[in-house]
Amino acid sequence: MIRFENVTKRYGKGREALRDVSFEIDTGELIFLTGHSGAGKSTLLKLIALIERPTRGQVLVGGRNIGRLAARHIPAHRRQIGMVFQDHKLLEDRSVFENIALPMIIAGYRQREMRGRVRAALDYVGLLDREKQTPAMLSTGEQQRVGIARAIVARPKVLIADEPTGNLDPDLSLDVMNLFRRFSEVGVTMLIATHDLGLLDRVGGRRIVLDDGAVAATDGQTQPAT
Amino acid sequence: MNAIVNYCIRHAQNCIGALGNLVRQPMASTLTIAVIGIALAMPSGLNIIVSNGRALAGGFEDIRDFSVYTKPGATLAQAENLRGRLDDDDLVANTRLISAEQALEELRTDNEFGDVVIALADNPLPHTVVVRPIPKADPEKLQILTERLAQDPLVDIVRLDTEWVRRLNAFLELARRAVWIVATMLVGAVIIIVGNTIRLDIQNRRAEIEVSKLLGASDGFVRRPFLYTGFWYGIFGGCFALLLLAGSLWALSGPVERLVRLYGGGFTPLGMDGATIALVFAVGLAAGLAGAWSAVARHLAAIQPKV
Repeated sequence: MIRFENVTKRYGKGREALRDVSFEIDTGELIFLTGHSGAGKSTLLKLIALIERPTRGQVLVGGRNIGRLAARHIPAHRRQIGMVFQDHKLLEDRSVFENIALPMIIAGYRQREMRGRVRAALDYVGLLDREKQTPAMLSTGEQQRVGIARAIVARPKVLIADEPTGNLDPDLSLDVMNLFRRFSEVGVTMLIATHDLGLLDRVGGRRIVLDDGAVAATDGQTQPAT
Repeated sequence: MNAIVNYCIRHAQNCIGALGNLVRQPMASTLTIAVIGIALAMPSGLNIIVSNGRALAGGFEDIRDFSVYTKPGATLAQAENLRGRLDDDDLVANTRLISAEQALEELRTDNEFGDVVIALADNPLPHTVVVRPIPKADPEKLQILTERLAQDPLVDIVRLDTEWVRRLNAFLELARRAVWIVATMLVGAVIIIVGNTIRLDIQNRRAEIEVSKLLGASDGFVRRPFLYTGFWYGIFGGCFALLLLAGSLWALSGPVERLVRLYGGGFTPLGMDGATIALVFAVGLAAGLAGAWSAVARHLAAIQPKV
């Protein structure tokens, strides 16, 4: 589903954020992307979402080389990808419901279908009773769950998350990871960047370890350690 | 079919949503709309005034009467003779002789000059032949006729009664141009005002635009609400301009009626016709959209999601 072939990304004339990165993720796989901060995790996710373009090499999503995709096709590409951010990126002046509905409005869904899907997504993250509140009225963990509901509501084929548990305590982090695991079980390809190795030991799953922009290791562990 | 319906629904939603955004900031919206309205009403109002002037002047266009005054000392018989000669001219439709006595009599009954005239020992007035040329008389031939008349030993001066009509027309032409220049400048001002208002709007909604782009919003999706905002500014600005115009015309109606009565009532003043209303709306709408488009084109592309 996602394939990197010798991908290098350099910002301007500065240092290389990614160096000759190659890996492949199958459909429905749940992969954790780890490494120190500055190792290139965020850059790698940005290449998948076409927020940045590779300097060299090929990024394939769903068999399509997206590195050379024309600018006018970027929106359609992004609509196939769900994104979860460390800082949620929720709109403060909109209700929880409206925030989650935004991807469906952008994709042009009809009102009736949208309502049902937004409620289903809210139910999935356990916030069905909060739809009328604004993000500011929610706790950090709840805000992150709203962000996740927004990422999955339009049923993307791929879901990427950049430090989704960065601001959460260990118990909430585990809840969030378990949510992600359930998505991968229904066939969503997931790539989650995190530097929380303690959490990964509890959750388990295949990892790609980045070090200074290069792939340092991949392991095939698929079961939780304990 | 479904796609077309969806497209229309989305446009309708954006259209109403943009209206909602204006209503949520009533003070800012009202001020912007007022400025647009004033800028549109000014040239429209001036145009109505100039159009009325032209309609009024147009009524005098065919009148090319001139008066021939005899030299002092010319007898009434000589004046009759002059009139007879003019009557025979192919260019002349009819003539009228006002004798010195008649002219003096007229003055005597005049309230203002009556007393002065009574005090006069002699009649200082000449005989006058008022000449009305045939309607399709060649202006050049008429010119020759009046010049020849001026040479006549009996004739003191020939005065064209219609010189002022030509001057008025020339002045109105100048005024018409001036209105167009003012209109062009003010429409430019409207475009700038709407552009600047929407630029601020874009900045205020930066977070929303960024997130929407991250979630796969197309340029059209992001652009549409702002274009509809410009659309509404144009519509409401046009409405406000028409209100201002209607109010101004109402305020002017009294003096205008008096003026028309002085001209013998043979003139119906022009007001706001359908064409004016349509033009104000069309220009308002076009300027609103142009302003919105200029802001959107310059500022939306600059907002790219940062993660």
